[in-house]
Amino acid sequence: MELNSVVVTGVGTISPLGNDFTQLLDGLTAGRSGVCELTDLEQVGGLRSRLAAPVKGVDPKQIPRKFRRSMSNMSVYAYLASQQALLMAGYPEDQLGSGDLGVVIGSTLGSTETSEDFFKDYFRDYSLERMKTGLFFQMMGHSCAANVAQSLGITGRVFAPSAACATSSQAIGYAYEQIAMGRQQAILCGGSEEFHPLTVATFDIMHAASTNFNQQPESTPRPFDQLRDGIVCGEGCGVLLLENKKTAQQRVANILAEVIGFATASDTSSIANPDVGAMAGCMQLALKDAGLTAGDIDYVNAHATGTEVGDIAEAEAIAQIFSTRVPVSSLKGHLGHTLAASGALELSGCIGMLQQQQLIATLNLDQVDERCSGITHLQENSSQPVKTILKNNFAMGGINATIILRSYVND
Amino acid sequence: MTEAEIIELIDSSLAEEFELDREDMVPSANLYTDLELDSLDTVDMVIVLEGAFEFKIREEEAVRAIRTLEDIHRFVITKIEQNN
Repeated sequence: MELNSVVVTGVGTISPLGNDFTQLLDGLTAGRSGVCELTDLEQVGGLRSRLAAPVKGVDPKQIPRKFRRSMSNMSVYAYLASQQALLMAGYPEDQLGSGDLGVVIGSTLGSTETSEDFFKDYFRDYSLERMKTGLFFQMMGHSCAANVAQSLGITGRVFAPSAACATSSQAIGYAYEQIAMGRQQAILCGGSEEFHPLTVATFDIMHAASTNFNQQPESTPRPFDQLRDGIVCGEGCGVLLLENKKTAQQRVANILAEVIGFATASDTSSIANPDVGAMAGCMQLALKDAGLTAGDIDYVNAHATGTEVGDIAEAEAIAQIFSTRVPVSSLKGHLGHTLAASGALELSGCIGMLQQQQLIATLNLDQVDERCSGITHLQENSSQPVKTILKNNFAMGGINATIILRSYVND
Repeated sequence: MTEAEIIELIDSSLAEEFELDREDMVPSANLYTDLELDSLDTVDMVIVLEGAFEFKIREEEAVRAIRTLEDIHRFVITKIEQNN
């Protein structure tokens, strides 16, 4: 069976650094932080971290009420990012309902905020009489994907992978495979995340949330740094429009990059802690899928969230395959950990790096932890030829994912 | 509560819930063809009215016959009179 080549023709982003791709890339390149202190978190008993990387300046009312009523913030972000991706790609409006276009957008959970609002009301008197019809559509696991398809009139395949921090990498990978196999000609794919204190608490109780920099929010998270003390939770959405290369070329689309490899695998050593061998194994699988060897990779975009355990394991895994030959950085210092959105937002950053031929350094990496020192860290942006990028995401639950991206020169 | 006050509470509650333009909310306005509500909105409308007037109407047969804003006005006014 001959597989189709798959290209990226559109990028849409709602992020802590701004609400389109240009703002995201400008913020990343300039070394800006999207992290701030959220004083409201002081009111949550037992929560030590006061930090977040929130989205700012999104007005949900720009979406018609009929579509918005079934959307929580994560679906609002997904709708806006999808619109941006379609616009950037110049995707023909009359093809939205052709069946050739699908949607693969996931989230970690359905809306926690909507769940909280519902149960707050429900526990008053255990009555369901005040429950409105929009509730379920905001709480369901495929809320983002369904809302995007409904509001944009997309009639192809719709599904919603959910794998915490690897959600959008899996979404993009599965979309790549669907197009490669010819099941769809194009797919809007990525992940979305909305901030809720419960997410911060999830990491805080495992001593994996950043707590030492509450008064210096822009100094954390600190991937690979010796003073790193954990994750800062962010929110946002990244959506890529992937297309069959042939059909994209036929409609003379501007191709931004090619997706040439993907792997996802389960690490059963622990539900919470990563295993070096499993991480390295996932990267090797992706290289094999792309038909490449380690020597073909010009840059590794690490998952590196700024946790004690995760950063060391990933650095060791990258070192096993690439030694010190390939520059490595993480974008979590800029964006915090946008969880289900992180793969797609960071891959968008990688597409920007390919376009600019400039690698973006890890923000807040001042002194490399010796235990992370077996790789070449990017501590300053570097203008250099970049053709092929390997991007990792490793999730709670033992879900590993790696995507390989290649630059594309339009005629 | 006077009839005018009841009508105002109905209209303001529905305008807020469904983001309706008050100028479009004439008594003869059809909920579906003029105000562009749908079946999901109808379910929510009942909940909004129950909250605003603190009565239960979900199971009432007459609710199903409502088509215009005036139908709602008449229905609610009658319901409140019955409850008094």
